[in-house]
Amino acid sequence: MNMIVCCKQVLDPEAAPATFKLDAANNRMVQPPEVKPVINPYDEQAVEAALRIKDTDKAAHKVTVITLGNNLIRDVVKKPLSMGADELILLEDAAFEGGDGFAVASALAAAIKKVGQFDLIFCGRQESEWDDGQVGSGIAEILGVPSVTVAKKVEVAGGQVKVERVTADGFQKLEASMPCLITVSNELGEARYATLKGIMAASKKQPIVWKPADIGLDKVGAAARKTKVVKLFQPVKEGKCEIISDDDLKVAAGKLADKLREYKVI
Amino acid sequence: MADNKGILVVGEIAEGKLAPITAEALGAGRRLADELKEELSCILIGDKVGDAAKAAVAAGADKVYTTEDAALKDYENDAYMQVAEKAAKDLAPRIILLGQTSMGRDLAPRLAFRLGVSAVMDCLELAIDGATKQLLCTRPVYGGNAKATFSSEALPQIATVRQKAMSPLAPDAGRQGQIAAFPVAIDAGKVRAKVLETVKEEVAGVKLEDAGAVVAGGRGMGGPEPFTKELAELAKILKGAVGASRPPCDNKWVPDTIQIGLTGKIIAPELYIAVALSGSSQHMSGCSGSKCIVAINKDPEANIFKEARVGVVGDWKVILPAFTQRIKELTQ
Ligand SMILES: Cc1cc2nc3c(=O)[nH]c(=O)nc-3n(C[C@@H](O)[C@H](O)[C@H](O)COP(=O)(O)OP(=O)(O)OC[C@H]3O[C@@H](n4cnc5c(N)ncnc54)[C@H](O)[C@@H]3O)c2cc1C
Ligand SMILES: Cc1cc2nc3c(=O)[nH]c(=O)nc-3n(C[C@H](O)[C@H](O)[C@H](O)COP(=O)(O)OP(=O)(O)OC[C@H]3O[C@@H](n4cnc5c(N)ncnc54)[C@H](O)[C@@H]3O)c2cc1C
Repeated sequence: MNMIVCCKQVLDPEAAPATFKLDAANNRMVQPPEVKPVINPYDEQAVEAALRIKDTDKAAHKVTVITLGNNLIRDVVKKPLSMGADELILLEDAAFEGGDGFAVASALAAAIKKVGQFDLIFCGRQESEWDDGQVGSGIAEILGVPSVTVAKKVEVAGGQVKVERVTADGFQKLEASMPCLITVSNELGEARYATLKGIMAASKKQPIVWKPADIGLDKVGAAARKTKVVKLFQPVKEGKCEIISDDDLKVAAGKLADKLREYKVI
Repeated sequence: MADNKGILVVGEIAEGKLAPITAEALGAGRRLADELKEELSCILIGDKVGDAAKAAVAAGADKVYTTEDAALKDYENDAYMQVAEKAAKDLAPRIILLGQTSMGRDLAPRLAFRLGVSAVMDCLELAIDGATKQLLCTRPVYGGNAKATFSSEALPQIATVRQKAMSPLAPDAGRQGQIAAFPVAIDAGKVRAKVLETVKEEVAGVKLEDAGAVVAGGRGMGGPEPFTKELAELAKILKGAVGASRPPCDNKWVPDTIQIGLTGKIIAPELYIAVALSGSSQHMSGCSGSKCIVAINKDPEANIFKEARVGVVGDWKVILPAFTQRIKELTQ
């Protein structure tokens, strides 16, 4: 089986909120150089979902990762290879910048078409920068394949894919025909660590790089988007927390309760 | 699609009633429709719509369309898309609103791409640009560290609204509105993903979404026991519910359904007591609407102290028993 996983390089979402600074001129947020970008955490779990299927028969299944961006950091984008993915394709060009979900999904779908063979496509449920969660469904719609979003379990049996989809109060069990696109949620469980052997193999492997012309698109990135950002801003927080203290922590705890009575919330 | 007019809310039915999120979307839609001087309609999809249609009128809709079919009992995108696509084409609204729910976050992007537009997901505010009549959608980005306002020229403009971000109208049973069937013959052959089973994992007691007080624990709770002992005890005294940040869910200390945040439940209780959680922007996205946030954390630098109104710095193991004891005295 051929599986494709879309992985995005993002600012580190787990870094302290104070590290995010507004770059108003470019309508985006930036982090200081000491905070390293990462693979979007859900996308690592999407790789994990594909690898769990690959584990059932290593020789029969192939996992290809596609990452779109510009000036991608090799050590970051190669992580899926060191986890056990077979191939890495980078859609890397300045022209890919400034795209919205529509532009990104269109480019990824074109790249997947060029890869040609696919039974399952995995995405993260959302990426941690714009948190939009529409690229996966968009790719499925462009390619005309079914999609199941926010998955916590994915298994293949009898030519069908069985998916558990997380809902607000539980989950749904679904069965879909293949090819199918699945977006993965954190409930799937932790992604595996890269092994030393994997890191060695990944360091030797050269990613394939495709430009817009390679995927047959003349409009990508900012030129292909449907939405525009009117304004990006960082809301100001008042941040006036009253800290209750006392030499005896238990006394402070009691005073905290008294405070809530004073506020009339208990 | 230059003739697109009006606003269409794709509604949801929860346990036979109009879902609260749909009333919220209708409240937002009503304001926008009045500003545009255009109509607000609502489509309700399911195996049985029942009284939800009347409730949608009472919540602000001028017209309610109902599509009923046994094949629409559970949400599945290939089936629901057949209805949504037909509604978007036949009714040709300027704006389509959905809730940011299990259904909305799945249906909105798929519908947008089918219509050749892009959706704006998880909006906190919606407004109309007076000059262009375009919808301006403001939503959190970078995990809640920033906000962005989006617009688009292509019609229809599709947006999902975050739960509890928009106010519903006070239900008015005397409000006039039309209710009409919107029949769609569902082609079962086009439904490629089949729902085999729907599993509910409800937790006993007060529902998190409805609770006036929520006691939430984070990674610093250290394991499952404190959630069923210390936190549950405090929640019980406050007649509230227990919640969690993501790590306790990921670690299987608590069910996934009590996760609060950007990708969990969105709540806005009167009182939110955050214990041993750092207050990440993703977590705060789910509870920053709370009236009073209380922080208990051993790290004075933790972000939660930037979000809370009041707090104590220290080990929860020492603070919580004394705090709970005093709350008990005060509330008895
Ligand atoms: C008007 C506008 C302008 C923008 N300008 C810029 C800009 O100048 N620079 C910039 O960096 N960003 C910019 N963005 C952000 C934009 O490029 C997002 O990355 C894009 O919209 C996809 O994010 P999303 O939240 O829609 O993805 P989601 O729909 O949340 O992503 C879901 C999944 O799709 C896959 N995926 C998404 N993006 C990629 C990718 N790049 N490669 C591989 N897989 C992917 C992943 O599996 C991911 O988990 C802009 C966005 C908008 C709306
Ligand atoms: C796209 C995306 C979506 C996400 N969605 C969500 C979401 O919906 N909800 C969510 O919660 N997270 C979400 N996350 C994860 C989020 O980024 C944080 O990792 C998470 O919220 C951290 O949880 P925490 O505060 O419990 O853990 P930590 O950040 O590890 O904080 C633990 C805290 O406990 C304190 N502590 C430890 N021991 C004690 C003690 N004995 N007494 C008192 N205090 C103590 C520590 O000082 C620390 O502040 C998301 C992440 C991404 C990238």
